Amino acid sequence: MSLMSEVGQKAFDLGVPIAVHMDVTYRCNERCIHCYLDHDDHGEMTTAEITGVLDQLAAAGVFFITFSGGEVFLRRDFFEILEYARRLMFNVKIKTNAVMIHEKDARRIRELGVDTIQISVYSHRAEVHDAITKLPHSFDRTVAAIRFLREQGLRVTIANVLMTANSFDHLGVQQLAADLGVHYTLDPTITPMMDGDTSVLSLRIPGEELPEIFNNPALVGNQEDFCAPPKPPSEEDLEGYSCSAGHSFCYISPYGDVFPCVQFPLPTGNIRQQKFLDIWNHSPEMNEVRSIQAKHLTTCSSCSHVSSCSRCPGLAYVEGNMRGPSTADCEKSFYRTGVPTANMLQQGLSKPRAATSKTTALIQIRTIAVSA
Amino acid sequence: MPEGSIYITRSSAIAARALAGEMMVMNSANSTFFTLNEVATAIFQAADGRTPLQQIVRDTICEQFDVDPEQALTDAEQFVAELSSHGILLVSSEPLSAEASR
Repeated sequence: MSLMSEVGQKAFDLGVPIAVHMDVTYRCNERCIHCYLDHDDHGEMTTAEITGVLDQLAAAGVFFITFSGGEVFLRRDFFEILEYARRLMFNVKIKTNAVMIHEKDARRIRELGVDTIQISVYSHRAEVHDAITKLPHSFDRTVAAIRFLREQGLRVTIANVLMTANSFDHLGVQQLAADLGVHYTLDPTITPMMDGDTSVLSLRIPGEELPEIFNNPALVGNQEDFCAPPKPPSEEDLEGYSCSAGHSFCYISPYGDVFPCVQFPLPTGNIRQQKFLDIWNHSPEMNEVRSIQAKHLTTCSSCSHVSSCSRCPGLAYVEGNMRGPSTADCEKSFYRTGVPTANMLQQGLSKPRAATSKTTALIQIRTIAVSA
Repeated sequence: MPEGSIYITRSSAIAARALAGEMMVMNSANSTFFTLNEVATAIFQAADGRTPLQQIVRDTICEQFDVDPEQALTDAEQFVAELSSHGILLVSSEPLSAEASR
């Protein structure tokens, strides 16, 4: 176990929120076709509110903070927020589309000691990338920004979300990342919108295309291990739980709402009304998330994949039950190994159903009204 | 200023946080990550650029921990040299500003 993993496990065991993802805005200059956000501003936290939250997070033991959005650089005070976070000695990661980053901004980011900048790139072909972001010339601007950041010696990761519109381009984006001297990560998961609208799920790549990704050692490391049939779970596997959401990680929205994870829209409290640690330590919802053990999962506890599945409790929650299966992960487990999941067997399926889109609101992230 | 004094301060390039009494320290510029034990954490926290290392060892380390002063100073000097080589602590024979630049 690496030192980093040991520290992560220690935080998990002690219930210390070692990592937080904070969206500072939902506003965005791109309109990506798969995006799950409502880009209107419903009352973002002010600079003073955010710096106050950062003080609380530092006191609570948070070490890793990710600033994301929306597009973070749309906030005129973003550098002020960054500077404050670094003064509090957080390890800072930024997620951005980078189109607003120019040479002087890259220099400032380096001076502030930001750890990593993760940048969304959908294709190595400008016309495909721009068609997904719906922002003309966004590809050229994003790639120019990556070059500025690299010139400053900063660590950059290209995040490549895969969907039907770019499903053949991931090898091209991987090559682009290599040419630019940056890391590459791929995510084939499209999530429902925050208002519960699942229409974007029609953009998910067909499950039949997943094996090509899962058999690419450049993406998954040791392909034989990654695609090996699942091992029977140990007692320890069933007593434990692998996801850090609510255990050592949480998400804070631009409106101060606290959730177990950015993909887990279960409201646990609002930081404008309560102290962060009161929510973290005493929220009944947060404690319910923490109470889940693999042996408590409906269907999944008897699944042969239980010890190796990437089951996301947030996606399961959006499907209706945080202890139930997440069908997107069932699909991944099946196409990774060829072994059907308990969820599939229960439904008499020999292969997963294709993702469907419907517009029924399942779960909503609600803004909690704040009195003036 | 006592002759031969060593002054230490934390680099502003690093990230650091205490976890259960131990300090996690990361320098993203060179991808180094350390955890410091209680004694090392006490030195790290006292590294204000103004207090000589000898005084930190005498007033903080020897006060808080049951250690031999001479051995404690030797260990502290080794620890400072190690963290300094990774860009985590900055060392000078003159007083430094707290959290000096990179």
